[in-house]
Parts: sequence; C-alpha cells; structure tokens
Amino acid sequence: MSAISFQSVSKSYPSPRSPNKPFQALDRVSLQIERGEFFGLLWPNGAGKTTMISILAGLTRASAGSVSVLGKDVVTDYAQARRSLGIVPQELVFDPFFSVREALRFQSGYFGIRNNDAWIDELLRSLGLSDKASANTRQLSGGMKRRMLVAQALVHKPPVIVLDEPTAGVDVELRQTLWHFIAKLNREGHTVLLTTHYLEEAEALCGRIAMLKSGRIVALDSTSELLKAASSNVLRFKVDAELPAELAAKARVTGRIVQLPAHDAREIEAYLAAVREAGLEAHDVEIRKADLEDVFVEVMAKNQDAVADATP
Amino acid sequence: MSTDAQLVAAGMLPVQQPQGGAMMGWRTLFYKEILRFWKVGFQTVGAPVLTAILYLLVFGHVLEDRVRVFGTISYTAFLIPGLVMMSILQNAFANSSSSLIQSKIMGNLVFLLLTPLSHWHWFFAYVASSVVRGLVVGLGVLLATVWFTTLPFVAAGWILVFALLGASLMGALGLIAGLWAEKFDQMAVFQNFIIMPMTFLSGVFYSIKSLPPFWLAVSHLNPFFYMIDGFRYGFFGQSDVSPWLSLAIVGSAMLGASAVAVHLLRIGYKIRS
Repeated sequence: MSAISFQSVSKSYPSPRSPNKPFQALDRVSLQIERGEFFGLLWPNGAGKTTMISILAGLTRASAGSVSVLGKDVVTDYAQARRSLGIVPQELVFDPFFSVREALRFQSGYFGIRNNDAWIDELLRSLGLSDKASANTRQLSGGMKRRMLVAQALVHKPPVIVLDEPTAGVDVELRQTLWHFIAKLNREGHTVLLTTHYLEEAEALCGRIAMLKSGRIVALDSTSELLKAASSNVLRFKVDAELPAELAAKARVTGRIVQLPAHDAREIEAYLAAVREAGLEAHDVEIRKADLEDVFVEVMAKNQDAVADATP
Repeated sequence: MSTDAQLVAAGMLPVQQPQGGAMMGWRTLFYKEILRFWKVGFQTVGAPVLTAILYLLVFGHVLEDRVRVFGTISYTAFLIPGLVMMSILQNAFANSSSSLIQSKIMGNLVFLLLTPLSHWHWFFAYVASSVVRGLVVGLGVLLATVWFTTLPFVAAGWILVFALLGASLMGALGLIAGLWAEKFDQMAVFQNFIIMPMTFLSGVFYSIKSLPPFWLAVSHLNPFFYMIDGFRYGFFGQSDVSPWLSLAIVGSAMLGASAVAVHLLRIGYKIRS
C-alpha cells in the first residue's frame, strides 16, 4: 500500500473567457509515493500544484480519478485519510484570536488527541517557538508564522507530511532549520511530499522527483537517475556580446552568464571554438557538474513542443 | 489485521486515532467558538447589553405613560422581553456568521477544512456555540433590565423553549450567511437589510395588534414575530397569537434552516471546490 496514490486524476476548472474550453489543471495524473519516501514535486507556476495538494487534502474534488492516503480514499474515507496527513499550506495564515499554544491545542482536539501538551512542547522546542507559546499568533514574525504552520500540521503525528513550498521567501538560516527538521522527520519514518521551486532544495532532500507541466507528469525518476540522464557537465562562461545563433539555441543565458550542456570534452571544445570564431571572448570559464535546475530546464524545453502539440 | 496494526508490524508509523471518540472533535470546535467570542467580551456581550439598556431608557421614558399593552402591564415591562429576545436572536446570528466570514477571508478556515470533522460536527459546533452566545447576551440584558420594573414569569418553560429555538434558528441562519458571503460587505447586507429590519418589525417595541390591517398581515409572515410573541407569553401569559402556533412555526423554521445549513456544509458550498 502506497503512502499517497494518485490514480488517473484530472481536474478542470470552468474558464470564464472560453466557456466551451475549461482549463485543465491536471490531466490524468497517476503517481504512487511509497511509505518512508522523501518525494519532490516540481513544476512552473500554474494551477496544477495547488490543485494536486488541494485534492489530496479534500479542499478540492477531482473531476476524475481517485486519490488515497495509506489506502484510504480521500473522498469516501476522508476522516481516516486526513488523520494520516499533515499539510503545511503555502500561505502564512493564522487565527488572530488565539495564542500559539491555544491554537495547537485546538488543532490537537479537532483530531481527537487529548492531553497533547508534551508533544506540543517538543514541537515548539524543535521549531524554536518555545518562548512564543503564550504569544498571540498575530504577533509572530513571518518566519515564526511559517514554523507555526509546520507545528500545526504535526500535532496529530501524521505518518504522511505534505509541505507546499515551505521555504518560499524564507531567510537562509530558517531554510536550514526547516530542512534539518523535515529531514529528521523523514529519517524517523514520516513520508514527506515536498513541492518547491528551489531546485537546490529538491536535489538536497528528495530521493525521487516528479516534474509536471500543463497538468501532466513529464519526468518521474529518482534524483540520481535524473541527474545521470541529463548532460553530465555544464560549460559556464561570461561574454560581453550576443552569442552566435546555433549556440544561443542550446544555451541558458542569464545576463552575461552563458550555460551550455556538454556531454564530453569534444563538445566543450566545439562550443569554445564557436565563441572564438564569432570574434567573442569568453571570461570566467568553468566546467561544472549538471544540477537539477539544468535537468528541469532541459525537460521543460523538451516538453514545450510535445505539450503544445497535444493541447487542442 | 487492521491497517494500523499492519503498519506498526512493518515498523511504520501508526495513524493516531481519536482518544476522546468522534465527540471530541466537535466539542473542541464548540469550545473554540465560545472562547472566540468570550475573548472579546466587551464587544460581543457588553456592547449589546448596553445597547438594550439604552433602548429601554429611551423608549421606556418616552412611551411609559402613553402605551398600555395587555391591559395592566406597563410599557417598560412589555418592552423588556422583546429586548431580551432581540439580543438573543441578533447575537446568535452574529456568532456563526462573523466567525465563518472572518475565517474565510483571513484564510485560517483551512485549519478546520484539513481536519476529519464531518459536516454534522461543524453544524452542531457552530449552532450550539451561537446558542450559548445568544443566551449569555440575553441573560445579561435580562439581569441588567429586570430592576426597572416588576416582571412576571408566568410560564418560564415557554421562555426557555423559545429562547433555545430562536437562538438555534439564528445560529443556523448565521451559518448559511457566513458560508454564502464572500466579502464583509455582503455580510453587512444580510445583517442590516434582512436580519435587523425583521427583528425590529416583529413586535419588539409594540404589539402588532396596534398596526393597520395590511401591516398586521405582513407581520404575520415574519417568523421573528412568532419567536418574540411566544417568548413574551412565557412572561405575561398573554400573547398576540397562541404560543402553540408560534412553537409550530418557529420549530419548522428552525428545522428548515438547519436542513439547508447541513446540506451546504455537506457539499462544501463555497468552502470546498
């Protein structure tokens, strides 16, 4: 039995601008996340990510297909499914009427957990919120509110934890704190599903990754395999003028920085020759190993045409 | 072997089952909703009590010697039960409606939506906490105003029945309004253009028998009239219509509103897409 199972899940939203063509947020997505995994979901901005988590959480209903958590269907057996899930939403929401401890006690009570103070204290300690236990949640800083959301998701000790962009807009120190904490939970046996735009984070934490574009899975493999399958190296340099056309087509250009995928020394040499022949000078030349961002860009580019063709 | 036992046997983490039974979930929400209004008690209890006292002072002073209702009963005595009931109804409505609209707009309703609570749990918790607030405010108004005159309590059972039914009806209506409204402005429309006129024009300040025939007939279509009339019967043993008729109408209205509220919660109207 998988921790999370998406079976051919589709979700369409009516489009006010074109009533006959609803917006397809998810298109027959099938995915199994096994117990104990640390799984990453990556995709460009769009409705797909929020929709997937929302369907899992019961906030939205799928148009087709089914989703289950530890074997419990999220619609027909929602109570058991939700007991198994701890969801950390992306938005920094809070209830201004209550203190941190009160809010955590209520959350425990909703799940039927009595006398949870010992676990609440441990959560507050691990997340650095012990001295804010009596503070009104309105008074917390942004970083503290984010840690509070993590605590709220964990009061009922769910075996499956879902984090929706947990480190978006967060400072470096808090990001490290959250990474350590989440990785520790995973080592202790919690299944973790992470959505993120920070590919460095996905590469550091996730064992397996799915990439989605326009509501479909375009890549699904272990992190190490994805990195192996992509070009093993990247040639990086700076130029002061525009690249020749045949290089520009393959390159990822950010300002003056140019990055080109290179499989071997012959390709590297060919690129540098092309730069020289165009009368340009390459500065700060460096050869580095491909990272997940390179994989992501390659996969997205490869699927750009495929998806465009498929869309009616 | 159960799923959890299989998990534990395989060295995996178990799913925490509710220790307090299914009841603990709704009781927590019920308690949270009460604490929510109690924390801002000046606004939620103190203010309506003061408003009622002001109505009593002003209207009582102006109309005391000019209006007699039910024969020997003074106007001030006549007014007090109406004010008590009006406070119960308005505050029961305010509790569920304001809680829901605020949670929706601030986004913290998500914490409830992620829980295993069923639509029945939501319904009973929101309505019961609205009844508590309505009764607390009503009791506050009664205690503050009962000193102004001699108030009989001829049939106290009816007082309790109508207070409970009225508060439940308004709690359910508040739930419906809280689910439907997407902006504070829409809630204000509901509150100021529907609830308030209906409570004011229900015989709180006057006997409807003093109205011209057309408006008398219109008042008979207002369910709030029956709540207040029946409530008043409990004090004076007299009313404009039979308390049994009022009971039937208010009871039906309460069941109808509850059915709508439960249905909207079950389909996740405007809270789950």
